Amino acid sequence: MLREKRAADIAQVLAKYPPERKRSAVMPLLYIAQEEYGYCSDEAIREVAEIIGCDPTEVKSIVGFYTMFYEQPVGRYVIDVCDDLPCALRGADKFVTYCEKRLGIRAGQTTPDGKFTLNTVMCIAACDRAPVAQVNREYRYELTEESFDRMLDELSQS
Amino acid sequence: MADLVNLTIDGVPVSVPKGTLVVDAAKKIENDIPVFCYHPKLKPVGMCRMCLVDIGMPKIDPATKQPVRDEQGNVVIAFMPKLTTACTTPVSEGMVVRTATEQVRAAREDILEFLLTSHPLDCPICDKGGECPLQNLTLGFGPSVSRFDYDAKFHNEKHVPLGDLIYLDRERCIQCSRCIRFQDEIADDHVLQFHDRGRGMEIITFSDPPFDSYFGGNTTDICPVGALTTADFRFKARPWELASTQSLCTHCPVGCNITLNTRLETKSGGYEIKRVMPRQNEQVNEIWICDKGRYVHHFTRAEDRLRQPMVRRDGRLVEATWEQALQLVGERLKAAGTSVAAVVGDRIANEDAYLVAKLVRALNGAIGMSPSVPAHYADVARAFGVGAHANLAHLGKGDVILVVNGDVEEQAPVWFLRLRQAVVDRGAALVIAHSRSTKMHRYARAIHRYEPGYAARWVADRSEELIAKESLKDARNLLIVFGDEQLDGPSARALAQGLANLLIATGHAGKADSGLLPLYPHANTQGVFDVIAGADRAAASNGANGKVGADLRSPICDSRFEVAWLIGVGDASDAPSAGFTVVQELFMTALAKQADVVLPALSFAEREGTFTSGDRRVQRFYRALPPLGEARPDWWIAQEIAKRLGHSWGFQGPAHIFADLAHSIPHYSGLSYEVISKSEPQWPPMGRGDLYYGGTVYDNTGGLGARYASDAERDPAGVRPYDGAAPEPTIAGLERRPRPLYRDGELIRRSAVLASHIVPAQEVA
Amino acid sequence: MSGFYGTKNKTMERHVLLRDVDVPNIREYDVYVANDGYAAWKKALTTMKPDEVINVVKDSGLRGRGGAGFPAGVKWSFIPKDIFPKYVVVNGDESEAGTFKDHQIIDGNPHQLIEGVALCAYAVQANTSYIYLRGEFYEPAKTLQRAIDEAYAHGMLGKNVLGSGFDLDIHIHLGAGAYICGEETALLSSLEGQLGQPRLRPPFPAVQGLYAKPTVINNVETLANVPPIVLHGAQWYRQYGTEKSPGTKIFCVSGRVNKPGNYELPLGKYTIRELIEMAGGTMDGRPVKGVLPAGSSAPILPANLLDTKLDYESVQAAGSILGSASFVILDDTVDIVWAARKMVRFFKHESCGKCTPCREGTYWALKLYDKILSGHGTLADVDMIGEVAGQMAGKCFCLLGEFATSPMQSTLKHFRAEYEAFIANHQGGKMNGYTDELIREGVLAGPEGVITRH
Repeated sequence: MLREKRAADIAQVLAKYPPERKRSAVMPLLYIAQEEYGYCSDEAIREVAEIIGCDPTEVKSIVGFYTMFYEQPVGRYVIDVCDDLPCALRGADKFVTYCEKRLGIRAGQTTPDGKFTLNTVMCIAACDRAPVAQVNREYRYELTEESFDRMLDELSQS
Repeated sequence: MADLVNLTIDGVPVSVPKGTLVVDAAKKIENDIPVFCYHPKLKPVGMCRMCLVDIGMPKIDPATKQPVRDEQGNVVIAFMPKLTTACTTPVSEGMVVRTATEQVRAAREDILEFLLTSHPLDCPICDKGGECPLQNLTLGFGPSVSRFDYDAKFHNEKHVPLGDLIYLDRERCIQCSRCIRFQDEIADDHVLQFHDRGRGMEIITFSDPPFDSYFGGNTTDICPVGALTTADFRFKARPWELASTQSLCTHCPVGCNITLNTRLETKSGGYEIKRVMPRQNEQVNEIWICDKGRYVHHFTRAEDRLRQPMVRRDGRLVEATWEQALQLVGERLKAAGTSVAAVVGDRIANEDAYLVAKLVRALNGAIGMSPSVPAHYADVARAFGVGAHANLAHLGKGDVILVVNGDVEEQAPVWFLRLRQAVVDRGAALVIAHSRSTKMHRYARAIHRYEPGYAARWVADRSEELIAKESLKDARNLLIVFGDEQLDGPSARALAQGLANLLIATGHAGKADSGLLPLYPHANTQGVFDVIAGADRAAASNGANGKVGADLRSPICDSRFEVAWLIGVGDASDAPSAGFTVVQELFMTALAKQADVVLPALSFAEREGTFTSGDRRVQRFYRALPPLGEARPDWWIAQEIAKRLGHSWGFQGPAHIFADLAHSIPHYSGLSYEVISKSEPQWPPMGRGDLYYGGTVYDNTGGLGARYASDAERDPAGVRPYDGAAPEPTIAGLERRPRPLYRDGELIRRSAVLASHIVPAQEVA
Repeated sequence: MSGFYGTKNKTMERHVLLRDVDVPNIREYDVYVANDGYAAWKKALTTMKPDEVINVVKDSGLRGRGGAGFPAGVKWSFIPKDIFPKYVVVNGDESEAGTFKDHQIIDGNPHQLIEGVALCAYAVQANTSYIYLRGEFYEPAKTLQRAIDEAYAHGMLGKNVLGSGFDLDIHIHLGAGAYICGEETALLSSLEGQLGQPRLRPPFPAVQGLYAKPTVINNVETLANVPPIVLHGAQWYRQYGTEKSPGTKIFCVSGRVNKPGNYELPLGKYTIRELIEMAGGTMDGRPVKGVLPAGSSAPILPANLLDTKLDYESVQAAGSILGSASFVILDDTVDIVWAARKMVRFFKHESCGKCTPCREGTYWALKLYDKILSGHGTLADVDMIGEVAGQMAGKCFCLLGEFATSPMQSTLKHFRAEYEAFIANHQGGKMNGYTDELIREGVLAGPEGVITRH
């Protein structure tokens, strides 16, 4: 299915690597699969394995190693808030607690309506603009409780 | 040896070849540096950090490039700032290794304490307990106390099936990756990997089917803890309760050396095999066996084994005494005169086949083997087989491996592993000619195809082209592996002859690591042929009449005899028809049900004897189990029948018979039980200490066997090409379908653990 | 929402690296070209032999900015001349806690990075380059890709660049969340589609790197230094910095300061104290308690060492490492035990699992910190932390495990009294403000019980 739906993207990814090194494309292909399926489903893993010509076990292993590949379904918006030391020195922990209360879930969970997944993550290289988060991999800098509320409102409406 | 490197380890000087790892150099002088992830059959990874040692190098003056010396004239040694892994460091000239310092001792203790923090310590119920490297190394090098808070222990799943043959205990796993690397590097079946990372890292399979490799059982042997266990053995016995017997696998021509682990079972009233383990023979199977060899042992104590002689009375087979049965057989044979045909199955030991042949010769009867097709070419395979000292481990760059009409993985799994390594790791060129694809095809440099049944024709027609295209004359060695699928006897013979001609034409005939390697159906195809054909020739030279010397290649199943005597032929379709049939078997096979007399034979596990492997290595197997019921060894039965016919041979047992055999079969002259029972230290040393395996089952004390020389080796001047003609394929030939490893049969059927793997006969394609 | 990185701290009259601070929109191709952009690239292709490029970088004394500080030109000279293909791999996995300099270069001045990559590729005669960016740089990657596309469109990349006969392709490869991939051999494994775990050395990447071919691996900041060096010469570059640490360096300042951000400074000219002042001083003017000069990996320097000069040698002499120069500032409101736990948690989370001491040691150490932080610690646990760190030190497969011991050993060395006080003040589960985060991480039970997390 990926092969048909994302043929051009897959071809573009494969073109970056030597033809006999298709396996290098596993991570970019998993991102494509994740865009299509919402997470790295079993089906997605098997499709990627077939495209790069390796065993599904090897692809599953890659999925399991990296934090940005999801093995379970996630919310429509994945909110990754950094609570590593530099951010935590600027109030990240309190901010995460606020996010949890606001969303009614713990970090690591998804809201019952399937809209938001809240995660805490390690340093995301924007410590000077803490508290910082990424929403579906897009940075949100210098967050406050108010800006978080506004962001949720905007996202809820979209 | 110009490439020797000198170093000292704890003050002991040692010289080893360039490229040797420090851990192996230490092993040479019996300094067992503890390891978990390192395994001499796998590439080093340096993960577990157990083998940390202190390594120093002579300090070199940058100006003179000479070693710096102190006032006493001693070379100054500069030690590395940190400890180094002995398993990843190759030796170098003048290296100084220290393994007995306080720092090294403490490092070993530290690593073991770390490993034990996450280990469940459920040794009392662990199958590895007693032969566990983690247990043994903890005893040898570990801390005496654990400071880790037991409540903080990492818990994980304990009974995870990775397929239906292997279970994983995730708590016990120490993440050494030996199993993953075995699957990647040796089996080339990438069905195991790590998942997650850090402390969460664990072994998974996500393949379909999951962990279903033909070689999976080996991962349980090399697992240094009880994380991987076989469905067959787990929770069945404690290793220290098991008796070990040196034996041989009977299922294919490789001749894998195995150890049968047995235990006294009150419920079955005697000893039974609890597991089959590989036994080290670096010439044959190194330390590997396939799963068929590992799991197809349950037939030895199957409920329905024949335990009592049976004779047909009033149309029904009823139990009889040996005396009654032998009496009857003797009478019928006497009455039959020369109209007697014996067929010997190719799992029967040399000694048994020899006595059967000896008797048939005395009766002027006919003798054949089952299956009969290999009898058409076994003499060619013997004449142009690999040299007496050949070893697949020698093959590498510059050598060509030609596989014709054979499926190595299905027909000789351990040869598949070894040939694959010769190609992939050491650079031998693989050329395949076959009518279909096999797993071996993925490593081929060149692939040739022909229509099914046309193998011999293809070789006859294309040899010159092949020699030119694949530069076979320039090869250092030419090893030719061939099979007989979809060929009848004459075609199979023509194929073998065509391939022998190829060896002659390219100048490889009679060379040590060149020659033919036939993919015979079972463990003693060559041996049975040698013994019965040799007996024929002996008879012929004794001036016996021509019928006795009947050519083994003539299909005796087409003739009708007064008495047919079928020894271990299973469900063979090539049995002759006769007025009176005697079947010697383990089970009540279809043929046995039709027989007039059924004689219960002992299995290989219940007696001793020898087999001759596909590459002509004569090896011994020993008695692991007591006899079952009234069953007797085949040689005993043959001798007792002979006695009823007035031949008193008086053989005391297989050793006695083998002496006679070696005397009368020219190829076996010089061989004796003494010769083939010889063993010597092998590299890598698997059985000593606790480095790679915590027990002793790998130890080879039963003998490494001996290979008799090929005719081309014995008499290079006598080498003549065969007439190269190849016949047209026949229906009978085409019907000889490929033989998958797990094809249905009397023996495999009795291992429930393999039930879902069996390929029914009608699905074989 | 724009991904543009907006730090605008002016620390030099004219920046060498953070030129986005001086020149608005220098990330656009035309603006970059109007400000000497691609001049070095043209100069090299039309007037210099590959070895001359290596030599000028060697002479400049440029040291790798990823952390190890190995001279870049020397690294390039290790690449065998006669083996093809070769590769240039750019390490943009920037994941050290407190580091965000490459982020700003990629976002603000991407063409300078591209030009640096091109010069390096020409110097070692590699025709393909992969820029490995951490997966979280999804937006910066788009900016960089746009810049790469512009460079192709203007003939700066691709086949036969500027008629020189030299071909060069640059591809971006996104990681997916693994600190270990900043270790160069793990990065190569990851790029090859294997698990991002470090590999044995030797063979070294210069000989057998990507796809077992000769490979240069340099950090983003390192390569961004190359265009001005090639354009203006080694002597020009050496006007900045010290003899052993020439050039300018970006210092990331974060934590308890008023103006966190990137500060580009000549190496060896200023002290840590001055850096903190440039960053607006500490919040509320509180006294500094300690400084981490290279994020979580660096041993903490206590306040009495704030006059240490900002160069590789001086920071090392003070007992820490300059590494990626990511200064995390801790003031006296910060609980050292809590901060140390944060760092140990980071390493436990990022341990790849390959080697025993790192995998088991970080797990064990975090358990000990959890116990102490949740108010159940004893003095024996404090000693045990030191034991575990000592047990790991010097035995790990790669530097990650060795780095993991830094927060433990250095905080115990300088702040052991704080550990003891923490234990005394929080006996019997008495908590301060850490309850929420400990519940979140499954250390303490919340109203719903203990949350199971990896």
